[in-house]
Amino acid sequence: MKRIYDLIIIGAGPAGITAAVYAARKKIDTLVVTKDIGGQAALSGDIQNYTGYQFISGPELAEKFEEHMRKFNFDIRENEEVTKLAAKQNNFLVKTDKNSYRAKTVIVASGKKSRELGISGEKEFKNKGLVYCATCDAPLFSEDDVAVIGGGNSALDATLQLMKIANYVYIINRSNSLRGDEIMQEKIKESKKVSILNNSQVIEILGDNFVNAIKIKKDKKVETLAVQGIFVEIGLIPNSNFAVDLNKTKSGEIKVNNKNETNIPGIFAAGDVTDVFEKQIIIAAGEGAKATLSVFRYLSSRK
Amino acid sequence: MNKKVKVYGLPTCPVCRRTKKYLEDEGIDYEYLDVSANHDFAKEMIVKSGQKTVPVVEIGGEIIIGFDKAKIEELLKR
Repeated sequence: MKRIYDLIIIGAGPAGITAAVYAARKKIDTLVVTKDIGGQAALSGDIQNYTGYQFISGPELAEKFEEHMRKFNFDIRENEEVTKLAAKQNNFLVKTDKNSYRAKTVIVASGKKSRELGISGEKEFKNKGLVYCATCDAPLFSEDDVAVIGGGNSALDATLQLMKIANYVYIINRSNSLRGDEIMQEKIKESKKVSILNNSQVIEILGDNFVNAIKIKKDKKVETLAVQGIFVEIGLIPNSNFAVDLNKTKSGEIKVNNKNETNIPGIFAAGDVTDVFEKQIIIAAGEGAKATLSVFRYLSSRK
Repeated sequence: MNKKVKVYGLPTCPVCRRTKKYLEDEGIDYEYLDVSANHDFAKEMIVKSGQKTVPVVEIGGEIIIGFDKAKIEELLKR
């Protein structure tokens, strides 16, 4: 007979880790299943709005979260991606790409990931010049011409980092003007190393072993641009595909009430994967705490 | 048996920090190559791994892309 945990937490970003810390303190028999530790917080630059830290970097804050979680002695399965969440008899089945687990309750705290372009060449050239995390990989493109796809704050942030490193930067923006903060736009427009291509859409990624060009469509004309790096910054989508039975918003965020309950009793959700008002590290952490406290009440009421 | 462990990484990459911290916590000696500091390291890493992200961990000539604890343990045991 397979072990049945009281609680499985899916994800170990700010929401999942905080949920885990609360679960440990409530002595709930818990398993954490996660692809990575720290989530998007670990990829953030400087953080100046997490109470108690006037200034801390994303990776450092993620390390502190992790230390706090590992202080307690419960099971953590890292490098596993959840593929299915389903009700089975009186409990829940959580399937990953490597194992399957059972629990009486589940907290979905799987966060968000980068939206993909959905064009030809994207799968083949992922990690071969095609990058979804500028903060992580930008320095690998020091002598290269690169393209940043997007026009919002994250695209501008990537451009500002790349301006210092790459040989030349193209911004490929779908709409007719950039959307990000003025301050960043000004800095970018001053640079002689950046071209902004508005009303432009990437339609194909080309290369042999690595990226060497992109095809873009601008005002109905198609042209090819030689680049060795492509940074995709077109927003985020919730990691909620595995939760097929949960009610979600149009954009895929899991609907929760103010107790972090979903439409299925026993399944809770917290943080950026939900439709919570505003996505912030401190909000995600608070939501994680709330979710576990709800789980505690739910388990107590069923004893 | 002592296999040589190399970590190709970047100071900006959180997963590289995690990889290094894990090796240190386990008491595994490793050589760290900052690919932003030396372009030859970057080229070497790209040729060996056939891709362009960090970290890349090399253990006894075998390559692991990203931080994969289970694989690191497996390669060290072999």
